[in-house]
Amino acid sequence: MRHACLALVLSILATCAAALEIEDHRFFEGTGERVLRIVSTADLEVFEPYLLAFQSSRPALSIDYTVVSSAELYRAIRGNAAFDLAVSSAMDLQFQLANDGFARTHQSDAARALPDWARWRDLIFAFTAEPAVMVLSTRRFEGLALPETRQDLIALLRQNQDRFENTVGTYDVRESGLGYLFATQEARSTDAYWRLSEVMGRLNPKLYCCSGQMIDEVAEGRLAFAYNVLGSYAAERLARDSGGQIQIVAMQDFANVILRTALIPANATEPAAAGALIDMLVTLGLRDDRGDWPLPPLNQTGAADVAGFGPIRLGPALMVYLDPLNRRTFLTEWQNAMVQR
Amino acid sequence: MTLPAATGTGSIERRLTLLLAGVAALLSVLSWSMVSGLAREAAERTQDNVLAASATTIAETLRSEQGEVRLELPYSAFSMLGAISEDRVFYKITAGTDLLTGYADLPVPEDVTPVGQIVFDTGEYSGEPIRMASVSRLVLAGAQPVPVTVTVAQTRLGVGTIASDLSRLAAMLSVAFFVVAVALSAFAARTSLRPLNEIAASVSRRGPSDLRPLQRDAPTELAPLLTSLNRLMGRLGQSIRRSEDFIAEAAHRIRTPLATVRTQAEIALRSVEDEDEKRRLRRIIRAVDESSRSAGQLLDHAAVTYRTDDLARDAVNLSELVQQAANAQEPTAAMKDIRIIVDTVPAQVEGDPVLLDNALRNILDNAIKYSPAETDVAMRIREDAGSFRVSISDQGPGLGDGPVEALTERFRRGSNTQGIVGSGLGLTIAEDVLLAHGGRLELETREGGTGTCVTLVLPSS
Repeated sequence: MRHACLALVLSILATCAAALEIEDHRFFEGTGERVLRIVSTADLEVFEPYLLAFQSSRPALSIDYTVVSSAELYRAIRGNAAFDLAVSSAMDLQFQLANDGFARTHQSDAARALPDWARWRDLIFAFTAEPAVMVLSTRRFEGLALPETRQDLIALLRQNQDRFENTVGTYDVRESGLGYLFATQEARSTDAYWRLSEVMGRLNPKLYCCSGQMIDEVAEGRLAFAYNVLGSYAAERLARDSGGQIQIVAMQDFANVILRTALIPANATEPAAAGALIDMLVTLGLRDDRGDWPLPPLNQTGAADVAGFGPIRLGPALMVYLDPLNRRTFLTEWQNAMVQR
Repeated sequence: MTLPAATGTGSIERRLTLLLAGVAALLSVLSWSMVSGLAREAAERTQDNVLAASATTIAETLRSEQGEVRLELPYSAFSMLGAISEDRVFYKITAGTDLLTGYADLPVPEDVTPVGQIVFDTGEYSGEPIRMASVSRLVLAGAQPVPVTVTVAQTRLGVGTIASDLSRLAAMLSVAFFVVAVALSAFAARTSLRPLNEIAASVSRRGPSDLRPLQRDAPTELAPLLTSLNRLMGRLGQSIRRSEDFIAEAAHRIRTPLATVRTQAEIALRSVEDEDEKRRLRRIIRAVDESSRSAGQLLDHAAVTYRTDDLARDAVNLSELVQQAANAQEPTAAMKDIRIIVDTVPAQVEGDPVLLDNALRNILDNAIKYSPAETDVAMRIREDAGSFRVSISDQGPGLGDGPVEALTERFRRGSNTQGIVGSGLGLTIAEDVLLAHGGRLELETREGGTGTCVTLVLPSS
């Protein structure tokens, strides 16, 4: 029985490695022969300005941009898929790739300008610092005081169980790498996390793979709020829709800040171009004011949510929750709390 | 006579400095390599300690649940590894021969016994050298205990970085130490050789005839040298004095019998008629005169040497001395019909009147001796910028072709003096006297090639 299971898992893994589950894809035609293949978790509309800016400096280069989930990206790079650059917000998976030797070094003055906490061993380079926030529907929260801490939120949910039944959204940490990172880091940092999960679990929460979908649902009013959403996506969405349907709330007691990182896979065939793109990204990451770029720089996490929490540390501790035994334990506990019906 | 310059075997100071610098260089290199080695060892030990702590922290979470081995990787076990360096981390946890979790192909140490003991090992994994710490624990799984081994490994980048940073720092410190040591070596060598240099300087500063013992405080090592030097100078002085005494004594003893011989010869000259015999007697008188004169000059010279050692500082009226010398030589000059012209100004100097008279008389004697008959010898005193110049000029044959300076050497005579009685001591005596008084002797052939002008230059008082 056990062997059969293993065989099944292996075959699924094999299929995954062979056929990448692609969410979005675009080819930016250049005038020359060479192609820079990027695999990324960032949505196309978020990342397009960066790619266009890069291509304008190198018109000959074509860019092949593939959007996948963070877990999918991790599997692809581990399976030696042919990419020249991997950009992901799941720091833990990126770190594991670098630690296990799937990244190659890149050295440049631009990369050296990064602070120590924003790079690791010339293998991983961070270029944005993005907080996890709560996005809520202004219509659904009418008449209620906005929660500022997890305690507030727990109390609010307990007092208004009927109102929030079926209208709470958060990451399905079993599927989303970023969701898993947010959940584990939050569980480590604040004891309110499990109590909140209990309370949310009783409201029959909806679980999502990605921030974008959750924000859409909130904007359309189907969700009262989405918990643990990437603040940068929410801000970008807020800037696009002026309807006043959504509002971003940063928790004051604790907020995760993740670093969006890039690495050059060990089997990259265009490492020079990939390095140049990294240099451009980290230089933008060190800019002082936010400007028109969709993603925030490293040194500020957005005007509204300066909570003063440092970003999650790039280091081997990130691998702790990726260990299969720990993951199984955590998911079991999470499932017990969140999926009660 | 000039001494050959001492051919040395190099400077002691330089040798001492080089030797001390060499020792300092050796010590610098030694200390650098020791510090580098210690730095590497300290860095390695730090890594070992952190690895051990990490492995132990993981091993402490091991437990048995429903007959199965369970564990939970603590967050701190890995965060402590990330705290000290940016090294890659690998781990492997096995229960018996089964892999519980981690990197299956990590080359862990074969035998981790005894249980509870931490075993370190080095190896290579994923293309990099790694350091591993393994610890075993017995966990009850089912009926019997299973040995569970926790291995935590880390690459050695941090160790290398720390070690090379510290080694570079140690190298800079060693170079600084070396530079300071060289400067101190040079200073030490100079300081310890200073007494020696001072003694050498004070010996070489001395005048040629100063043979007084050296009265100095000397370090213990130099005291024997100083004593020997003083004893040598004492012996030398004694030997010189003895020979001067001998010469004076000899000259004195010769002069008296010579005077007798001369008187007898003159009496005989008057009494004989035969021309041949008269000529012979005249030749005898002439030879006796020459000998007597030489003996006189030898006596003068001895007196000069003796008196200059302890020079008197009396007020001397130079014009009076000149007049006296002219008067004394008047009879001799008259025999050759030579006129002595004296032209003086008042001149007061400090010194030994006997010596000065001696010098003047020797020069005047020379002038009269080398002048042809019926000529003039002039003695003049002139004042010139703090000194008096006493010039004695004649109309004789001049100084000849040889070097002028050589004429003041003992027993040296000009190249054109054949046939004239002389010892070659006159100018030597005059020069010795003048040097002792802080003056000098100037010799020149007068313009036109005939006649010599000898000038005695003396500082005025």
